[in-house]
Amino acid sequence: MNLDRIKEKLEILADAAKYDVSCSSSGGNRKNKGGLGNSHTAGICHSFTEDGRCISLLKILLTNHCIYDCLYCVSRKSNDIKRAAFTVEEVVDLTMNFYRRNYIEGLFLSSGIFKNADFTMERLVRIAQKLREEHNFNGYIHLKTIPGASDELIREAGLYADRLSINLEIPTESGLKLLAPEKSHQDMIKPMGFIKNALTVYQEERKIFRKVPKFAPAGQSTQMIVGATNETDLKIIHVAKHFYQNYNMKRVYYSGYVPVLEDKNLPSIHAQVPMQRENRLYQADWLMRFYGFDANEILDKNHPFLDLEVDPKLAWALRNREKFPVNINTAPKEMLLRIPGVGVTSVNKILMARKFQKLNLEHLKKMGVAINRAKYFIEFESQNIFSRLIDEQNFRQIIVNGMKSKWQNPFSEQLSLF
Amino acid sequence: MTTLIYDSTFEGLMTAVFEVFEYKYDTVEIVAQQNYSQENFFAETHEVITDFTKSDRVLKKLEENLGKQGISQLMMVYLSERKDLERLILSVIRHSIKHPKQNILQDFGNEDILEISKICRSVSRERHRMLAFVRFELLQDEVYFAKIEPDFNVLPLIRKHFKERYADQKWMIFDLKRHYGIFYDLKEVHFFTTDSSQMQNFRNSEQFHHDEEKKYQKLWQRYFVKTGIPERKNMKLHIQWVPKRYWKYLTEKF
Ligand code: SF4
Repeated sequence: MNLDRIKEKLEILADAAKYDVSCSSSGGNRKNKGGLGNSHTAGICHSFTEDGRCISLLKILLTNHCIYDCLYCVSRKSNDIKRAAFTVEEVVDLTMNFYRRNYIEGLFLSSGIFKNADFTMERLVRIAQKLREEHNFNGYIHLKTIPGASDELIREAGLYADRLSINLEIPTESGLKLLAPEKSHQDMIKPMGFIKNALTVYQEERKIFRKVPKFAPAGQSTQMIVGATNETDLKIIHVAKHFYQNYNMKRVYYSGYVPVLEDKNLPSIHAQVPMQRENRLYQADWLMRFYGFDANEILDKNHPFLDLEVDPKLAWALRNREKFPVNINTAPKEMLLRIPGVGVTSVNKILMARKFQKLNLEHLKKMGVAINRAKYFIEFESQNIFSRLIDEQNFRQIIVNGMKSKWQNPFSEQLSLF
Repeated sequence: MTTLIYDSTFEGLMTAVFEVFEYKYDTVEIVAQQNYSQENFFAETHEVITDFTKSDRVLKKLEENLGKQGISQLMMVYLSERKDLERLILSVIRHSIKHPKQNILQDFGNEDILEISKICRSVSRERHRMLAFVRFELLQDEVYFAKIEPDFNVLPLIRKHFKERYADQKWMIFDLKRHYGIFYDLKEVHFFTTDSSQMQNFRNSEQFHHDEEKKYQKLWQRYFVKTGIPERKNMKLHIQWVPKRYWKYLTEKF
């Protein structure tokens, strides 16, 4: 293999794939029988980029040649950039050699569309097949499904891959029409539906015949670009909820739009990457998946955007003060989960520890609860002076002043505080 | 006050615990041989001879009371190399013997137990980091070799993971701080120690690189740079995830 040529390809095709935020390798459960690799339920981040994102998979495009012209995408046809394409063997070789050195958990393979959907999809599938069957590779494989590919190819992909994904790209149909007129949500939803059904069918069959192969055991995920069009957060989390509920999505990813191109339909090339908004969306997503919140509790018509100053759980608590303070020693789990500053781990600790003795503020502090937020919302058998503040006029300001935000840097939009 | 001196192995420590109960010592201190200094010559000393029967009996009792999970937590305290590890372990075991019906490791209102849960969190985190940050280099004799210097003694905790994952290649992970390593020969994982001349070779492993090695290191380094998004650069966050003390052995941090 020619090092310089392969290095150049890798640079181009990693660069083009970097905007896809899903890098997680979680949810896999492949065991290794004498070959190479396995996958952990929790996944392992092997490194972190200088922008602080996890590197767990070799994330590349098979090619950045593309017949489409989506405005938000660097690989679009009309963009004047260097093009490259890997061969099937090259991707297999890189994956195996990176994996053997413990650089990665596996492969995340996406692609621009050359010729047509099936032509491209067929190559993606071939790579996964080669890794599994010829190289006995049991690490994680995430394949991006090409919209418009035939059901048969998608089915095959699911038999080799741990996860399949199709990106929604833009949360609203109208936004998508504006930026990628050749695409429609319908084209994306069809294969998602196919995958969802296949997941159920294979799972049912495996209950009866243990020999039935696994189909995408880590499920499917999708991604939305945030801030390229002017949708509200309310709209976004409802879209996410819809896909969690109806398409069996394992994860919905939110990717703050990074301005890469000049166009009248896009935010200015000098626009800030909405990193904090993205972060708040992930927090809202967590509330739905792990804290028992409904999308309608997080935002409503009167509050269509997430509060950038306080996290969505705290924002909810501020709107629902009458539900507090919560008694740490007697409240049910659902209510403990709603206390700002108290995470799932802490809730479990509290539930265990309170069987032994009555807990107080000092105990919670030692358990790692974010006291600076939580203290106002809780009570114990003994007095808690902080929870009295809850009815104060400037309660919100009291809390905000007591928090140090990691987002308070000179570039954030947060300075409205001062 | 009695001082029990043991050989600093885990079994030795468990034997010592057994003897605390056997001789009904009340105020005791368990000290590893290497940490024992004779300054405190008013204390009575008791030399513990490691005895696997005694150590197994303690472990069996603990498994009954606290489950396998509990034992692995005590193991982590031991591997944390903390100065007061013996005191903490003895304290939990005493607590557990008093309340055999409860899983006292969940009594987070108790200072020592909370401390143990914190230690376990740190040790688990270090273990997890080693699963992530080990970087193998292919050597001429087809062994994948890695050097590490973890904050805690986690080699025993990562052995199984690497054995399962890298079943079809020979590999070796060496702890340069504690001067021992684990080696997988395609069948079993062995612990090994080495003399100082070998240590020099381990430190300078580049001289034994396979011809292909540099190539994949370069590719990985380029990949690392290209997968970052400069517009979102945030070194504070980066260093929080990958603390600088690990950079030395990370291929991408050349
Ligand atoms: S089809 Fe995909 S690769 Fe092609 S321009 Fe659109 S988003 Fe980019």
